[in-house]
Amino acid sequence: MANLDSIQKNLLEQVADIHEIPEGAYSLRVNGESFGIQSTEHIEIVKKTDKPGIDIYIKPGTKKESLHIPVLLAKTGITELVYNDFHIGADCDVTIVAGCGIHNGGSEKSEHSGIHTFYVGENARVRYIEKHYGEGDGNGRNVMNPTTVVHMEKDSYMEMETAQIKGVDSTDRSTRAKLADGAHLIVHEKIMTHGQQFAKTHFEVDLDGEGCGTHVVSRSVARDDSKQLFVSHVNGNNHCNGHTECDAIIMDNATVSAVPEIEANHPEASLIHEAAIGKIAGEQLIKLMTLGLTEKEAEEQIIGGFLK
Amino acid sequence: MLELQNIGFSVPGEGGGKTEILKDVSFKISERFVAITGPNGSGKSTLAKIIAGIVTPTAGRVIFDGEDITDLSVTERARKGISFAFQQPVRFKGITVKDLISLAAGTKISVANACEYLSEVGLCAKEYINREVNGSLSGGELKRIEIAMINARSTKLSVFDEPEAGIDLWSFNNLIKVFEGMYERTKGSILIISHQERILDIADKIVVIADGRVAQIGSKAEILPTLLAPAGCRYTSKRGGEANG
Repeated sequence: MANLDSIQKNLLEQVADIHEIPEGAYSLRVNGESFGIQSTEHIEIVKKTDKPGIDIYIKPGTKKESLHIPVLLAKTGITELVYNDFHIGADCDVTIVAGCGIHNGGSEKSEHSGIHTFYVGENARVRYIEKHYGEGDGNGRNVMNPTTVVHMEKDSYMEMETAQIKGVDSTDRSTRAKLADGAHLIVHEKIMTHGQQFAKTHFEVDLDGEGCGTHVVSRSVARDDSKQLFVSHVNGNNHCNGHTECDAIIMDNATVSAVPEIEANHPEASLIHEAAIGKIAGEQLIKLMTLGLTEKEAEEQIIGGFLK
Repeated sequence: MLELQNIGFSVPGEGGGKTEILKDVSFKISERFVAITGPNGSGKSTLAKIIAGIVTPTAGRVIFDGEDITDLSVTERARKGISFAFQQPVRFKGITVKDLISLAAGTKISVANACEYLSEVGLCAKEYINREVNGSLSGGELKRIEIAMINARSTKLSVFDEPEAGIDLWSFNNLIKVFEGMYERTKGSILIISHQERILDIADKIVVIADGRVAQIGSKAEILPTLLAPAGCRYTSKRGGEANG
């Protein structure tokens, strides 16, 4: 296999916290093409033949294994749409690390859109980590539009951690989930936008099964002239629990809109939404300044903690 | 070490007039423990904030170690050696107890060191070190963490705004031990705003603020009996007020 160059290695570290080709199962996509695929005994990765993307089959009962599927774009002017389907067998306990890093050194737009569909088997546990990161010294825009579709079978559990902290000029994130009896979906989303960036994030969760539940938490910081829109729609169609929360810090001339919507279609549905938007509390800044930090240092600490 | 010269503080009042919160307050502090006491709403907390630089006085000067610090920022005063424990500690999302104690100490401190500061204020360090300083902590726990931060800073002047409020279950003896330990470490001055007789009892000097003025100032022996005399009946409450307390 060819080696990654230093720019690609840096992107890999940013989105997957790894420096080299990972151990175990992986699929690495670089500049619009598959760079390497490795299956293992329990995790099989198959390239799609009809469209770009892969099918991943995780055997029932696979425990404590991980899968890395990073995407790197280091050329300007690439636009791609990739379909990745995850078939996670019953009783699995696995970690999936996805993520996209763009280094756009040119003046054209670089765009990666991934459609990830999860089929989470009965009683399976999945931890899904997705980081998005952009950089570049040119004027080209970095665009990422991830779509995540989750089908959760009985008593399954999925935890999604998504983060987009730097360098993505425009993003439109869509997450849709359907939960069967006893299934639970936990989402922690972190977003920071700056400059002229725009980020839209949309959650649609159908709580169809008895005793299922979701907890969708979005924390974001909007700086400079950036704009953010948070939309969440939780439908309680059975005896279930749903909680959605948007907590945003605005700075400079940034704007944030939060549109939480909960819909109870069953008398035993219990749904809560919370949304809070505001600047950093003055007393937090002052407290840290009494410890000897400058106002700017205090601000960095507060934001760093908020998005930790 | 610290000298307040003719400090005044007023805010716009009704009908275009001015409401004077502090009037011509002058005193010097160089003793080990100095207590500021007085009725609710007398301007004590405002005075503490003026010392820390959070509130800018409308008249007078603040002198610290011979230097006029009236125009210095909160940060600059902190770096010169002034610490301030809030009456109502601030909550943060995502920032842990260890983060705050490290920031207070000014260096990345070891878990063992951070734990030491927590143990001193009666918190089981292991349980608290990685907790977020958010709404999940009680007022009393936050208050102790606030004191631990001042200990970690170890500066020449430490100002406490009603440290006893909210830590009812923790005996005053321990709180007093913390102050004594702090003095051993810093050899500086500890200025405490308090209504508690047992805290006033350890003071080398007591300043009584009433109606925005220095009503009395002197040694514990001189002042304490006058405060405790039934005829005085100065207090309506054992606890102080909010920001204007």
